[in-house]
Amino acid sequence: MDLLRFITAGSVDDGKSTLIGRLLYDSKSIMIDQLEAIEKQSKNKEQGEIDLALLTDGLRAEREQGITIDVAYKYFSTPKRKFIIADAPGHIQYTRNMVTGASTADLAIILIDARNGVVEQTRRHSIIASLLNIPHVVVAINKMDLVDYSQDVYNNIVIDYAEVAKSLGLKDVTYIPISAMFGDNIVEKSPKLSWYEGTSLLNFLESVEVDKDINLTDPRFPVQYVIRPQTEELHDYRGYAGKVISGIYRTGDAITVLPSGHTSTIKSIEHNGKEVEEVFAPQSAILHLEDDIDISRGDIIVKSDNLPKLTQELDVVLCWMDNKPLVTGNKYLLQINSRLVRSVVKEIEYKLDVNTLQKTDATSATLNDVIKVKIKTASPIPYDSYSELRENGGAILIDETSHVTVGACMIQ
Amino acid sequence: MSKYSLDYLDHLESEAIHIFREVAGQFERPALLFSGGKDSITLVQLALKAFRPGKFPFPLVHIDTGHNFPEALEYRDQLAKTLGEKLIVRNVEDTIKAKHLTEPKGKFASRNALQTYTLLDTIEEFKFDACIGGARRDEEKARAKERIFSVRDEFGQWDPKLQRPELWNTYNGRITKGENVRVFPISNWTELDVWNYIRREKIELPSIYFSHEREVIDHEGQLVAVSDFIKLDDTDKVLRKKVRYRTVGDMTCTAAVESHASNIDDIISEITATKTSERGETRIDDKVSEAAMEDRKKNGYF
Ligand SMILES: Nc1nc2c(ncn2[C@@H]2O[C@H](COP(=O)(O)OP(=O)(O)OP(=O)(O)O)[C@@H](O)[C@H]2O)c(=O)[nH]1
Ligand SMILES: [Mg+2]
Repeated sequence: MDLLRFITAGSVDDGKSTLIGRLLYDSKSIMIDQLEAIEKQSKNKEQGEIDLALLTDGLRAEREQGITIDVAYKYFSTPKRKFIIADAPGHIQYTRNMVTGASTADLAIILIDARNGVVEQTRRHSIIASLLNIPHVVVAINKMDLVDYSQDVYNNIVIDYAEVAKSLGLKDVTYIPISAMFGDNIVEKSPKLSWYEGTSLLNFLESVEVDKDINLTDPRFPVQYVIRPQTEELHDYRGYAGKVISGIYRTGDAITVLPSGHTSTIKSIEHNGKEVEEVFAPQSAILHLEDDIDISRGDIIVKSDNLPKLTQELDVVLCWMDNKPLVTGNKYLLQINSRLVRSVVKEIEYKLDVNTLQKTDATSATLNDVIKVKIKTASPIPYDSYSELRENGGAILIDETSHVTVGACMIQ
Repeated sequence: MSKYSLDYLDHLESEAIHIFREVAGQFERPALLFSGGKDSITLVQLALKAFRPGKFPFPLVHIDTGHNFPEALEYRDQLAKTLGEKLIVRNVEDTIKAKHLTEPKGKFASRNALQTYTLLDTIEEFKFDACIGGARRDEEKARAKERIFSVRDEFGQWDPKLQRPELWNTYNGRITKGENVRVFPISNWTELDVWNYIRREKIELPSIYFSHEREVIDHEGQLVAVSDFIKLDDTDKVLRKKVRYRTVGDMTCTAAVESHASNIDDIISEITATKTSERGETRIDDKVSEAAMEDRKKNGYF
C-alpha cells in the first residue's frame, strides 16, 4: 500500500479542520471514545451536531478560541491508500506553521468559503503551495450549503482562482464543490451537487498518482553520520550512513564527493543490515567506497555523471518566519540536508505583494513576507534548483543567537 | 507497482532511520528513553538499522516508577544484555526520597506525574542534549501537534504556542545550554503501523502483550490488574480473566483488554476491528482532564 501526505490550507474559518473531521468521520476512522469526547465539548449542539473541528484542534488555546494555531497531524487509511494529513492554521499570524505542514505534502487542499470567494489568505497559501512546489493542488469550494449549492457561485470562484493558479504557475489543479459540515462530495458524490461532473474528494485523494513525484534520475546522498565500529573484527569498516534523497545508487557506480570533489567507486551497499546491489529514493542506506577519502557529515555523495551545482552565491526565494525582521547584511546559519554553514543575506531583490502578486522594492522583511534574496555562504554549497529537485534545493536559515528556524529557502 | 516504489512501512522506516541518524550527527549526548513498551522496542529495532554494525551512539535510559510490570523489566534487562548496549536506570523511588516528594494517594495512586522529576534530574545528571522517545502523533490530540524535534527549555517545558518551524526533513537541533530536544522518530506511525512492523520484522515482545490469565478488577469498565500497587476496596470483586495489554505503562494506570489473541496475527485483527483508541481503552490517567497530556508535556513530561 502506498502513502499520500496532504495538507489542508486556506483562510481562517474556511472549514479546514471541519473537512478533516468529516473525512475521518465518514471513512469511519474515529474511535468511539474520541467521538464521545468531542460530542461532550461541541458547543453548537442546536441541531444535535458535533463540531468536527475539535478532532484536530487539540490544544486548549485552540478549543477556547475556536481556531487552529499549529499543524495537527492525523492518520487514516482506506483499502486503497494510507494518508497522513496535516491540518494547517488559516490565521495569518500562524502562516509559518502552515509552511511547516506544507513542506512535506504531496498534495494541498486549498479551501475557499463559497460565500467569500478568493481572499488574501487564499492567495498567500497558494503562493506558498507554489513556492514549495507541492505537486498537486485541490481547490475545495466549501460551505456550498450556505449558497444553495449554486453552480454559478462555484463557477465564478473557479474562474477567479484559475487566474491565481495561472500567475503562480500551479500545475495540477482540480476543483471540487463541497460541504464539509454536511459531507457533500467528501466521501460520496452528493445529489445536491449533481451538476458537478468530477469525483468526490476522497475518491480523488485515493487515485491521484504520487509515485512518479519521487525523483529516480538525479542521485543525491547526503552523509549524515559515519559508522566506524573500530572493533577487532570490523577494524577497517567505514560506512557512510544517510538517506538516498533522490535517484538510484548501484555498486560499481563512479561517485564524486562534494564539496571536496574527491572521486571514488561504490564498493558495496548495505540496506537494513543486508548487502544489496542497489538502493533508491527514499531508502536509508550505508555506502562503502573503494578508496579511503575524507568524508564527513555534511558532505554529499553524488554520481560523477550527474553533478549538482556548487557555489557560494545563492539566489533564494525566502519565506521569512521570525518575529524579528530580516535586514540586509544579517548573518545566519544555513542548513541544507545535513550540511550547516555560515551565511549572510547580501541583498533583498524584491518582496512579493500577496494581493497583486507584483514584485515590490524592499530593504527588510517581516514575519510571513515572501522575498527574493541573494545569500553568500562561508563555504560552497552543492545544491539543485528547488523547482527541479526539492529534496536538494530547500534550506533553512537559523538565527545564531536564538537558534530558532527563521527562514525557509527555496534555492533558484 | 514499479520495482522502485515502496510500501508505506518502508517509507516510515526510512524516515525514522533518517531521524535517528540526524540525532547522532547533531547532538553530543543523546539518550534513548526506553520504557519496555512496544513503541520503545520498535525504536530499538530502528536504531539497530540506523547504526549496526556500529554501537548505538546513545545509552538506553529507563525511568523506573517502581510500578512496572515485572515482565517488562525482565524484557528490558534481557534486551540490553543481548544488544550489548548500555542501560541506565533511574528510580522514581529515589527521587521521592531525595526530594521529599509527596506520593500521590488514592486507589490507583500513580507515579506517572512524578516520573517527570526523575526524568529531568537524569537529563541534568548526564547532561543529555537530546532524548529520543517513542511517542506517536496518533496517540493523543496534543501529541498530534508536536514537532519531530521538539525543543524543551531548561525546566523541560514544551511551549505549544511557540514551536519552531520544521521544514521538509531538515531538522534544526540547535539549542542553548540547559535546553534539550525531545526527538520522536515514529511520530508519523499509527498503532497499527507499529504492530504491522513488529510482525514484519518478527520483533519479540514482553509476554503481557499476548493473551494470558490474570487477576483483575473491573474499574468503570476498565480491567486493572491486581497488584501490590493498588488498594482494593471491599466492594471490588477480583476476577480471573483472559487478557492482554495494548500498551505497557505502570500497573497503576494501564488497563488490560479482554482477549484471546495469543499471537501477533490475532492481535492485529483485533486492533483493526476495534472501535476504541489505544489510550481510551488502556489509560486510566488521561481521563482526569480534557487537556491532561498537554499539561503534562508543558511540565516536562516525555
Ligand atoms: N454551513 C457550513 N459551515 C461550515 C462548513 N465547514 C465548516 N463550517 C463552519 O465554519 C466554522 C469554521 O470551521 P473550521 O473547520 O474550524 O475552520 P478552519 O478553516 O479550520 O479555521 P482555522 O483553522 O482557524 O483557520 C465552524 O463553525 C464550522 O462549523 C460547511 O461546509 N458548511
Ligand atoms: Mg482549523
